[in-house]
Amino acid sequence: MIKIIGLEKSFGAKKILNRVNLEMEKGMITVVIGRSGEGKSVLLKHIIGLLKPDAGQILLDGTDLAALKEREFNEVRKRFGMLFQGSALFDSMTVGENVGFPLKEHTDLDNAVIRDIVRQKLERVGLKNIEDMMPSDLSGGMKKRVGLARAIVMDPEIVLFDEPTTGLDPIMSDSIAELILDTQRALKTTYILITHDIQLTYKVADKIAMLHEGRIIMEGSVDDFRTTRDPAVRQFLEGSSKGPIGVI
Amino acid sequence: MKKYLERIGRHTEVFMTSTGLMAIMFGQAAVFAFTPPVKFKNIFKQMEFVGVQSLFVIILTGTFTGMVLALQSFNALKRFGAESLVGPTVALSMARELGPVLAALMVTGRAGSAMATELGTMRVTEQIDALFTMAINPIKHLVVPRIIAGVCMFPVLTIITEFVGVAGGYLVGVRLLGINPGIYIGRTIDFVQVEDIFTGLSKSVVFGLISTLVACYYGFYTKGGAEGVGRAATSSVVTGSILILISDYLMSTFMV
Repeated sequence: MIKIIGLEKSFGAKKILNRVNLEMEKGMITVVIGRSGEGKSVLLKHIIGLLKPDAGQILLDGTDLAALKEREFNEVRKRFGMLFQGSALFDSMTVGENVGFPLKEHTDLDNAVIRDIVRQKLERVGLKNIEDMMPSDLSGGMKKRVGLARAIVMDPEIVLFDEPTTGLDPIMSDSIAELILDTQRALKTTYILITHDIQLTYKVADKIAMLHEGRIIMEGSVDDFRTTRDPAVRQFLEGSSKGPIGVI
Repeated sequence: MKKYLERIGRHTEVFMTSTGLMAIMFGQAAVFAFTPPVKFKNIFKQMEFVGVQSLFVIILTGTFTGMVLALQSFNALKRFGAESLVGPTVALSMARELGPVLAALMVTGRAGSAMATELGTMRVTEQIDALFTMAINPIKHLVVPRIIAGVCMFPVLTIITEFVGVAGGYLVGVRLLGINPGIYIGRTIDFVQVEDIFTGLSKSVVFGLISTLVACYYGFYTKGGAEGVGRAATSSVVTGSILILISDYLMSTFMV
């Protein structure tokens, strides 16, 4: 379980995260929603250790990640997988090399075994016989799938998703949502998503948290969010420019 | 006045930050270079990129520089009846100064800008962040092979530049201007010492380090999308070239 306590982060004079408290249950899908620029990605980057907090704690099974040294954090990172917004596939490698890269770096597995695992993971995300293709030859949706295959190739305990459906058409977005559900149910992994895609959120979330002005202003189940009367949350869910949340 | 001071302060801060970050990157790269496992595949790939792919441009530059040097020095030395010194003039200039500096500037322009662009693109498309999340150190994976390739290949490219420069000078001096080939080669051998060649080579090792470190630094810390990548490429070439010329002067001062 991941527990975030009093997390604070500022860039210059601007406070991005202001005493954020949040719990993410093991084996569940937690979705953090909020407007662009509200600090969702910053929150995710703190969990994986790409950013250090100004104050607060990020507890993973009781260990404070914020207090770990880089070398110690690297060991913890092996328990994570991450799917980036733009997939972040390595341009210079084939799809197969991309997916197999973490295995090659962190295990002594044979090339043949790695190839086999890569094929299995690609099949798990609905892709076949594309190992030799380059990332530049793939569509946005395929890149996301390959990115997810790479994120789960080490069988991580926790997978982080940064805006998994941004830039995709509605049909492809739905297929990615299905894929997230399918892989999570099969692998029983803890998934943490950040997104502003409400359809995706309602489809996959076990728990939703809304980040606004650097704080979690509401957390609960899909039903809690569907029936909430909080005007700021309602405005965001309905996608309205009128309400307590300013447009700019 | 206040604005002027603020601007100086801002520039000083940027300069100090850049210098500090570059020094940290160099320190980390130095440690990781000797920390197993060594990424031979990545190193050879970069050596091929820095070395083999720069051959054409440095052969062209070296040959024409040697040729023009022979032509100009012939015109000057003829006034004193010292045409026989064209060979040593070309060879000494190429070995001590022009070989290492020209090769370094050309490779910085070609490979340095490409390195900064590649790493900058990796930064803005989150590929460097992806390495971090996979518990793979990007300095070890991306920077170390490039610096090792620079330090190893710059001397090789320098030797080639010097050789083709001397050959170009010979062609112009002997074939075009009619200097006796025996005198040309004999005087060259008389005047050029092994230490002249080593002076040039030791400079090229430093140039290789500077060029690749600067390129990696600007690429690695790129900010601001496509525009930032372009800025990183330009900055890496400008800063790299300036540092090469300054360090050349300093090393020449101590090595004379």
